[in-house]
Amino acid sequence: MTQILLDPTAELGSAQREPLPKPKSIEGLTIGLLDISKSRGDVFLDRIDAQMKERGLKTLRFKKPTFTRPAPTELLQEIAQQCDVVVEGLAD
Amino acid sequence: MELPNGFVAVVKRDCPTCLLVEPVLQSIEQAGRPLTVYTQDDPNFPAVSQCIDDTSLEQSFRLAIETVPTLIRVNDGIEEERIIGWEKNEWAQFTGIESIGAGLPPYRPGCGSKSVEPNIAEALAIRFGDFNTTARSLEVSPLEDDVEYCFERGWSDGLPVVPPTQERLYRMLAGTDLAAAHVVGLVPPNLVPLTIEKIAINAVMAGCKPEYMPVVIGAVEAALDPAFCLHGLLATTWHSGPMLVVNGPIREAIGMNWRGNVLGQGNRANSTIGRALQLIVRNVGGGHPQFADQSTFGHPGKVGFCFAEDESTRWESLGVERGIEDGRSSVTIFSADGVQGVVDQSAREPNALIYSIAGSLRAINHIDIANASDAVVVVGPEHGRVFDEAGWSKARATAALHEQLQVPARDLGMGTDEKNAAQPAVKSSGLLPKFRDGGLQLIRAGGDAGMFSAIIPGWLMKGPLGTNPVTKEIHQ
Repeated sequence: MTQILLDPTAELGSAQREPLPKPKSIEGLTIGLLDISKSRGDVFLDRIDAQMKERGLKTLRFKKPTFTRPAPTELLQEIAQQCDVVVEGLAD
Repeated sequence: MELPNGFVAVVKRDCPTCLLVEPVLQSIEQAGRPLTVYTQDDPNFPAVSQCIDDTSLEQSFRLAIETVPTLIRVNDGIEEERIIGWEKNEWAQFTGIESIGAGLPPYRPGCGSKSVEPNIAEALAIRFGDFNTTARSLEVSPLEDDVEYCFERGWSDGLPVVPPTQERLYRMLAGTDLAAAHVVGLVPPNLVPLTIEKIAINAVMAGCKPEYMPVVIGAVEAALDPAFCLHGLLATTWHSGPMLVVNGPIREAIGMNWRGNVLGQGNRANSTIGRALQLIVRNVGGGHPQFADQSTFGHPGKVGFCFAEDESTRWESLGVERGIEDGRSSVTIFSADGVQGVVDQSAREPNALIYSIAGSLRAINHIDIANASDAVVVVGPEHGRVFDEAGWSKARATAALHEQLQVPARDLGMGTDEKNAAQPAVKSSGLLPKFRDGGLQLIRAGGDAGMFSAIIPGWLMKGPLGTNPVTKEIHQ
């Protein structure tokens, strides 16, 4: 059942949790490429990786052990500490 | 509400007295009197022709039923009179049926109405009553954990909060007579109007009980008094945060601690009242650490710092000293850093103890600083006894401390009192007062064992250009 909570704040922000602001440019950022272990996700990310490198961008590759479960905490921490943005291959 | 004419009864099957009067209700119907029965738990009980399902308890709530059975006489849609439980003579007189309940015992008390059971009463008041909240309702999806949701919204000081539901707000608001829409003041740093409702929501999250509300409201009133300078205290790079000291009968009524571990953890009222104030500053005012709160270090008491004074001693209480009538409750707010201990296990007379406490006070902020921050000294029972046995009042002890606290004028502190630099004392002796007049506050509290006192310094900026202690009476 959906639970209702009452806003304890000055209600200056959105009722929805706002996503982090999107970067205006990816120049100079570290870009994580996350393969969630779906079939041919690596093909998609290899191509993205090659294109980004051509543009002189810095990329790092990560892989979830399985798409069926959330990423292990260690992997999430590793990505959060090393990357500014992440591209994730979600579907096959 | 418009009621059906004749007799209206409210019953539940779970009540033995209601079971007992089932034939009585049938006999009222058989005597040709119009009868409507609202049933709280079983729509098939009792066996009368006008038996109305009130398992939602709406009618029970609207009729303010506290006991079942309740029998109401209605004329022109308006209640004339009601009786509760079973008393044969009363029912006979009330219904005009002399032979009513022949063979039944003369008296049986009723049972509690389902509509007044704990938690149900609040839910009914929210659903059918005139309880309206103005705070925005936010939906937590069934897949989310409500406590995690509060963390992710940024509502927490780093510890779990109690999720602020409507039911919990309803109960919290019962702790005050003030209207939910009443505005207490503007909370810095964003200067947001603070309603009793927002205070109550944050008090729920802090873990307060409804009976703490008068203290929380008094604390907020004190914090928002311009003399306290909450905005500056929040924004300063210095360590301080607000500290609350409670006096008067409410300390005992809500179970506050002024004994062992008085400045520590473990007492719900102490811990949650101080926390409620800080959550209000965070959530309503928008005062987040590393943003508006620029404190270099902070201290653990910034989660919430609140305790009660021991009023069983010979000294006048803090509340009375600050102008509150004896026997009334009050809350005093100070700016406060962490706690510095003073040990003296050998002093058996006041002057020796003053020497020890003054020596420790001399070190606060900087050993050579004059015009230092104000400081609270919490005098423990074993130190307090030394003063009491020698007949020293609080005023005398305070004056003796000031006398010993003259320091070389090498540093004029934060320039909060320009007069100091021009004091003739500087020219003659080269000494300046460590503390301004009124800048030392002695308070009695602590566990029975230990010849210790506790120094709690405050914000360097004090006086007209900074913070000052503020006392407010607590209205119950």
